[in-house]
This record gives sequence, C-alpha cells and structure tokens, in this order.
Amino acid sequence: MAKAKARVKAPKKVKKGEVFEVKTLISHKMESGQRKDKKTGKKIPQMIINKFACSYNGKEIFTSDWHGAISANPYMAFYVKAKDSGSLDMTWTDDSGAVFKKSAKVSVT
Amino acid sequence: MVRKIEMQPVNRREVMKFVGVGAVTGVVASLLPNLALADAAKTAAAVKKVAGGKTPASGKITLELPQIAENGNTVPIGFEVDSPMTDSNYVKTVHIFADKNPNPEVGSFHFTSDCGKAKASTRMRMAKTQNIVAVAEMSDGSVYMAKSEVKVTIGGCGG
Repeated sequence: MAKAKARVKAPKKVKKGEVFEVKTLISHKMESGQRKDKKTGKKIPQMIINKFACSYNGKEIFTSDWHGAISANPYMAFYVKAKDSGSLDMTWTDDSGAVFKKSAKVSVT
Repeated sequence: MVRKIEMQPVNRREVMKFVGVGAVTGVVASLLPNLALADAAKTAAAVKKVAGGKTPASGKITLELPQIAENGNTVPIGFEVDSPMTDSNYVKTVHIFADKNPNPEVGSFHFTSDCGKAKASTRMRMAKTQNIVAVAEMSDGSVYMAKSEVKVTIGGCGG
C-alpha cells in the first residue's frame, strides 16, 4: 500500500465565518483482521488506516481514530468553520506507519 | 398382545426423539442469550470506558443510518451533536460502537470549536443486524448517548 489515491473535496471560496463541509476519500483495503485466507484457513492480519487528521493552516482541528469496522476505501466527511484563507491538510496513517497526505486550498472572503 | 409389544418401542422412540429435540432447543436457547449478552456486555464495557464512570444522558445526538442495509460492507453512517461549538462549549469526541460486530469499536471522532458543527459522516462495516451506539463527550464533561438499529441483509466481516 505504498500508493494510495486520496481525494479531498472542499469549496474553493467561502465567506468568513461560514461552516463548510469537507469530504475525503482514500483508497485503502482496510484489512479488518477478521477475514480468513481461504487456502490456509489462517486469519489475514489487520492492516487499516487507524488515524485520520485534518489541519487548517497548521492547526489540527479534526482527528479520528478508526478501527477495523471502518469500510474499505474510507470516506470521511466533516465540517470546518472558515477563518482565514489557507490550506486544509489531511493525513492518514495506517498500521504499517505509512502516512498519506492530501491538501485542499480554501480562500476566505 | 402382539400389537401392544410392537407399539412400545415406537412409543419409546417417540419419547426419546421428543426429549432429544427438547434438549437441543434447551441448549440453543441457553446459548443464544449468552452470546448476545457477551456482545452487549463488551459494548457496555466499551461505553463505560469512554463515559469515564458517568451515566450517559439521552438526547443531543442525531444518528443518520439506514433502517435496512443491504450490504454490510459499506453502511453509510452520519451523526450530529447539538452544540454551539464555541471555545467554551463544544463537543470533544463522538465514539461509535456496533454491539454485534466482532469488536464493538468503530471509531472515535475528535472535534474542536474550529469545526463549527459537530457533524460528520463515514462508512462502516456491520457483521449483522444490530444496534449502533453513539457516545458524545462534551467539553464540560457531560456525556450523551444515542442508539439506532440497522437491519443488515449481507454481513460485512468476511467470516
């Protein structure tokens, strides 16, 4: 899972004080650790993204801890209050320690 | 006389069959609630842990879940907690639990006052028909809980 396709959707222009939605999606199999290998009968070890975080101009404003029950190719939508123009930086961290990043620019008027 | 002798083994067999069925139903009946209890107990323990010894109050949380989920692999889930989301009064964390999944924990979502709204949505896996429990921790230390049942047609844990 060296490469994961991440997508972030946020409005380009927002008014100051407005609360807007940020939608994120990343490709990851999110192996739950419950599935069994059909040939060997052994459980496939867990390999999930366990942490998602969003920073707004360097300040962490929304984070979440995920468990095996989050679906494959996890989708996460949340809200942000517009303060200043800048960037929203998403980071996803999985069980192997791999970090995936994606940003979106927002201009606040 | 002959008839009577023939009848007896049949009767006995019938009786044994009846006893057997009874025993099986008894075992199943005694087993099922235990299993359900174990799951519910696990969830209750998880809820207790995040509630930090407080009894969660009801209200404030709105859960957006389908009544019936055809595919347990991706069930859309959304939640919103009623809060002004100011620096002094905001929702700290929302925990989601599924009481019949192999592990009750689904996710914990940490908000700040910069979110503007304590609202989020994602997609989750559900092993079978069950209750989804949301626990919200507020900045003032109070704890709220909400519950909603989702019927699942095909489970999503890939047993």
